Amino acid sequence: MKHVLDSVESQFEMFQILNEDGKIVNKDAMPDLSDDDLKELMRRMVYTRILDQRSIALNRQGRLGFYAPTAGQEASQLGSQFALEKEDFILPGYRDVPQLVWHGLPLYQAFLFSRGHFHGNQMPEGLNAMSPQIIIGAQYTQTAGVALGMKKRGKKSVAVTYTGDGGTSQGDFYEGINFAGAYGAPAIFFVQNNYFAISVPVEKQTAAKTLAQKSVAAGIEGIQVDGMDVLAVYAATKDARDRAVEGAGPTLIETLTYRYGPHTMAGDDPTRYRTDDLDNEWEKKDPIIRFRKFLESKKLWSEEEENKVIEEAKDEIKKAIKKADEYPKQKVTDLISNMFEELPKNLQEQMEEYKEKESK
Amino acid sequence: MAQMTMVQAITDALRTELKKDENVLVFGEDVGQNGGVFRVTEGLQDEFGEDRVFDTPLAESGIGGLSLGLALQGFRPVPEIQFFGFVYEAMDAISGQIARTRYRSGGAHTAPVTIRSPFGGGVHTPELHADSLEGLIAQQPGIKVVIPSTPHDAKGLLIASIRDNDPVLFLEHLKLYRSFREEVSEEEYTIELGKADVKREGKDVTIISYGAMVHASLKAAEELEKNNIDAEVIDLRTVSPIDIDTIIESVQKTNRVVFVQEAQRQAGIASHVISEIQERAILHLEAPILRVAAPDTVYAFPQAEDLWLPDHKDIVEKVNQVINF
Ligand SMILES: Cc1ncc(C[n+]2csc(CCOP(=O)(O)OP(=O)(O)O)c2C)c(N)n1
Ligand SMILES: [Mg+2]
Repeated sequence: MKHVLDSVESQFEMFQILNEDGKIVNKDAMPDLSDDDLKELMRRMVYTRILDQRSIALNRQGRLGFYAPTAGQEASQLGSQFALEKEDFILPGYRDVPQLVWHGLPLYQAFLFSRGHFHGNQMPEGLNAMSPQIIIGAQYTQTAGVALGMKKRGKKSVAVTYTGDGGTSQGDFYEGINFAGAYGAPAIFFVQNNYFAISVPVEKQTAAKTLAQKSVAAGIEGIQVDGMDVLAVYAATKDARDRAVEGAGPTLIETLTYRYGPHTMAGDDPTRYRTDDLDNEWEKKDPIIRFRKFLESKKLWSEEEENKVIEEAKDEIKKAIKKADEYPKQKVTDLISNMFEELPKNLQEQMEEYKEKESK
Repeated sequence: MAQMTMVQAITDALRTELKKDENVLVFGEDVGQNGGVFRVTEGLQDEFGEDRVFDTPLAESGIGGLSLGLALQGFRPVPEIQFFGFVYEAMDAISGQIARTRYRSGGAHTAPVTIRSPFGGGVHTPELHADSLEGLIAQQPGIKVVIPSTPHDAKGLLIASIRDNDPVLFLEHLKLYRSFREEVSEEEYTIELGKADVKREGKDVTIISYGAMVHASLKAAEELEKNNIDAEVIDLRTVSPIDIDTIIESVQKTNRVVFVQEAQRQAGIASHVISEIQERAILHLEAPILRVAAPDTVYAFPQAEDLWLPDHKDIVEKVNQVINF
């Protein structure tokens, strides 16, 4: 009998370029990014951290609604999106609003999504993306479909999706990577492993030592990446994208990361399932701190520059909230008119009924 | 006697059954150390150990299949679906498998599974968290569907559900979890499944409802009383099977009926109950039976939720229509 599990698992070593101290540890893998690109990555991470802080504050004031915090996951989220082209199609989960924003979703619409207004889900013309998925795993099978569609149309683009460590337990996860593999479809499947699915630690989620190794059974490429290292995430995504558009099929990318905040702002209390020690350990790996060190060592970044980004973010967020406030409130008649291309009789009657109610 | 919220009453019922029957197992996403996202299973893992109360991987279909498998090993599983909007992931396990086990095997196998799950609107959750999907399961023969409206009922009905040798879906309305407390006995007691409860006696009109809408109906009844309309309010408590005897008895007395459900109007529990009434008691009716229900859209986006959900004013309006017919 040959037992292969150990030898397979040991193949999935974490890929890293920039270590916790902001030092390059894997020079050969350094992606081809200009100084401006590097600064832009930093700008986006700083901006997104502010967006997270403001969103949490707005939620606490009762001015936002549903919100899943993102701090800690910036490198995973933005490093991956940075490797995409405009024609690539994103299928995000509920925590992946930043990727949508940097792919082109206006901020005020991101806020309307949080507030439960369908305009938040109305992707503007030219933005290739779905609104954030609430049903964990559903986006994975859909991604196989989008990718297969791209392949059939001969497009040189990819479908990209995100889920968490918990999401890898869903049947849809396995079905999605398997379908994409079977069709050789140009897809990139992200797993942002932040070690917890609400309260459930990843060790209770699966016996697998890495989530990346789940790719093996689907017959597709898989890699585990330091999710706090924006350069590694970018490089892995770029490589997966290049291979996908060349017809080499899908890739599963596991990024090791951490969410500093609660699961969502709706009453989750992380102290019930995480220790301060663990929180501190991860905050030392912070993606922004290490990238700042790296950029400063190259004389590409300064405190003034960072402050400028922070001010710019705050200003734009303020304007976007104002725009969201001013956007027409949603009525029941709006919901009814969204149901079908042509309203059937029952909805026509209800439309009249609610028009009358709303006019009072 | 103690004052309990519905959450506390449900925890108490789970504790009672975990203590009484070593075959009872409680599991689901986050139900262990975290005590569930609504703290319904708070403290149970500490008290009974991880063997009896445990977290599952994140997969509703898996939870459903695991439940049936454990039942086949003689356990009495009480799985939780974290929000009932996620039931679509578990539809085959519940309707395609668990509900058909006794039938398929000619009674050789049974599935004494009690699936607990929160549902219901008014608390501004994201998509697929609040939908009233009881009708989906009520359409499946072979599984009972129980929906309590008070802490007292919740405890007695849950204990009865767990002890029942057939599968039960036990739905807990989010809005009722902590909205009020009432006296709940700390002793064990059961409430018969399939039995409605007259929550308010009256002689002029019968309002039939379940879940959170029972409270809207009671509020409407108070309003109506000011105009000398004496409404009877029936809480179905079990929406599959229906307690038709209690309903017909009331209809024969009041001769007028309004059915109130939070679910959309199309298909659903109201349609079923109303056709049962007209088949059995049409000559007792003085007016058409009217319905209060949500409009036939997908569940409302949170921003329009309050306008979309039926309320006591809608009920008063419909009652006035059947009274003045
Ligand atoms: C099908 C489904 N089941 C359960 C949930 C409830 N839920 C929301 S997030 C979550 C945990 C997800 O954890 P993970 O996949 O690790 O992603 P993270 O939130 O950590 O980013 C759960 C159980 C859901 N939204 N959809
Ligand atoms: Mg996670």
